[in-house]
Amino acid sequence: MADYQNILTQIQARGHYDPGVPLPREDWERDHIKMFSNLLGKIGDAQIGPVYLGFTGVASIICGLTAIEIIGLNMWASVGWDPVKFFGQLAWLSLDPPLPEHGLKILPPLNEGGWWLIAGFFLTASIILWWVRTYRRAKQLKVGTHVAWAFASAIWLYLVLGFIRPIMMGSWSEAVPFGIFTHLDWTNDFSLIYGNLFYNPFHMLSIVFLYGAVLLFAMHGATILAVSRFGGERELEQIIDRGTGAERAALFWRWTMGFNCTIESFHRWGWWFAILCPLTGGIGILLTGTVVDNWYLWATETGFAPPLQ
Amino acid sequence: MALLSFERKYRVRGGTLIGGDLFDFWVGPFYVGFFGVTTLFFSALGTALIIYGAALGDTWNPWLITIDPPDVSYGLALAPLNEGGLWQIITFCATGAFVSWALREVEICRKLGIGYHVPVAFGVAILAYVTLVIIRPVLMGAWSYGFPYGIMTHLDWVSETGYQYGNFHYNPAHMVAITFFFTTTFALALHGGAILSATNPGRGEVVKTTEHENSFFRDIMGYSIGMIGIHRLGLFLALSAGIWSAICIVIAGPLYEGSWNDWWDWWKNIPIWN
Repeated sequence: MADYQNILTQIQARGHYDPGVPLPREDWERDHIKMFSNLLGKIGDAQIGPVYLGFTGVASIICGLTAIEIIGLNMWASVGWDPVKFFGQLAWLSLDPPLPEHGLKILPPLNEGGWWLIAGFFLTASIILWWVRTYRRAKQLKVGTHVAWAFASAIWLYLVLGFIRPIMMGSWSEAVPFGIFTHLDWTNDFSLIYGNLFYNPFHMLSIVFLYGAVLLFAMHGATILAVSRFGGERELEQIIDRGTGAERAALFWRWTMGFNCTIESFHRWGWWFAILCPLTGGIGILLTGTVVDNWYLWATETGFAPPLQ
Repeated sequence: MALLSFERKYRVRGGTLIGGDLFDFWVGPFYVGFFGVTTLFFSALGTALIIYGAALGDTWNPWLITIDPPDVSYGLALAPLNEGGLWQIITFCATGAFVSWALREVEICRKLGIGYHVPVAFGVAILAYVTLVIIRPVLMGAWSYGFPYGIMTHLDWVSETGYQYGNFHYNPAHMVAITFFFTTTFALALHGGAILSATNPGRGEVVKTTEHENSFFRDIMGYSIGMIGIHRLGLFLALSAGIWSAICIVIAGPLYEGSWNDWWDWWKNIPIWN
């Protein structure tokens, strides 16, 4: 009755340190950390490192740290450089976008949004450099660039929120502030100002893909763990040369709901659901205020909210 | 085509939890089993009642059809059919169908000799649903606190319930749940992308190996969780999203009635900085 259910790795077989697939000559050297973590080994791979820094990696980290530094120092300055207040109020502190009267000015006064623009510039530079890095690492290892394109979808949503939509609205003040509670306030106000974002069909789609992605990963993670006693987690091998693990995984869903993926096609489902979440979300944000002023009224006119009495 | 080329050898008898061999057969690709019959019963009855409820309503616009829970005045009592009684029976049917479906999955797992991870994971989704329409209404003392079954009306319910507690984004469990939702989607993009990039490396390239995947993630972020690990991580993240969603709604009302914005006063009132 008591079956073995794969939850954690109970006995760790540890081989030699894996230095990784050789890189082309023009690349930097990898930095070898050569560390093993017993705790990580209970969940997944115990080996930590190596890591490839590379030019774009180093540049991205420098830009990212610069952005965080600007945001943090602005927050600290806003409480009169009091370290206790800074920690106590950290979640409420904020670096806000430029005031509405500055429109799309390239550099408004620093304490009226100038710092926000500079921080946004460095954060964006950091993210785009990191995208180049994911693309470049894939190319150098001669694998496809699917991860980079999924990342590009997230960057699209980020750019819509902080760059494209503010330009279309004619004011940087439309953008999201850097702050924990203030970005939540922005989200809340955005929905209220534009007549409840739940009536925005692209918001609906984005949520469907968000929940759908979580549902898919729960189904997939659970299925693969369930067939791991047949080696089902060796997905790349199972794709090329199907074994009983992949067959049982497929039959489980076929018998449950009449339909099944293959190991490869599941990852297309997952990749597309994950990509479409920020992609449709970005479209929904971009249309808000630019094309549609009130999603509730729009819904009453298009017949998927009750007509106004 | 009901059978895959390799399917026949897997269609063996046994593994049922209840009913012995009585319902141990397939219809097309579907396994039936005792719980297949109960699933069919609950879902057919529930769907018929939804259609009946829609017929009693004033619209056939699929966006606007709604089956509402009873008025608050009925408390936890049974209501007349067209005043929320339908909602009550449909909720009962839905819960029955979901639980039957999970138990049918257990039987299929036993038949295939695989782990019970999928029905356990589905159990978390059922828990989240039951929290919304049974546990929280019971704790609040009226079925009216359940959400209505309608495409637009359930969105209105989310909106209105959220604003009753100030800005729901300030609910700490809601923060944790959203973080898990986003992180799961992010991890799925990475995992899906990793598998597709190794098997589709571009024209003229040979298909790549798990070693390439490990090297890709180690090069980028210094750690690769590995093939078994990513499925554990993905399942953990996804289930955490569901569990924290259930927590964030069940504490709103039964445990805390104020505005979530004010909930954080305890942090502001810590003596160090107060």
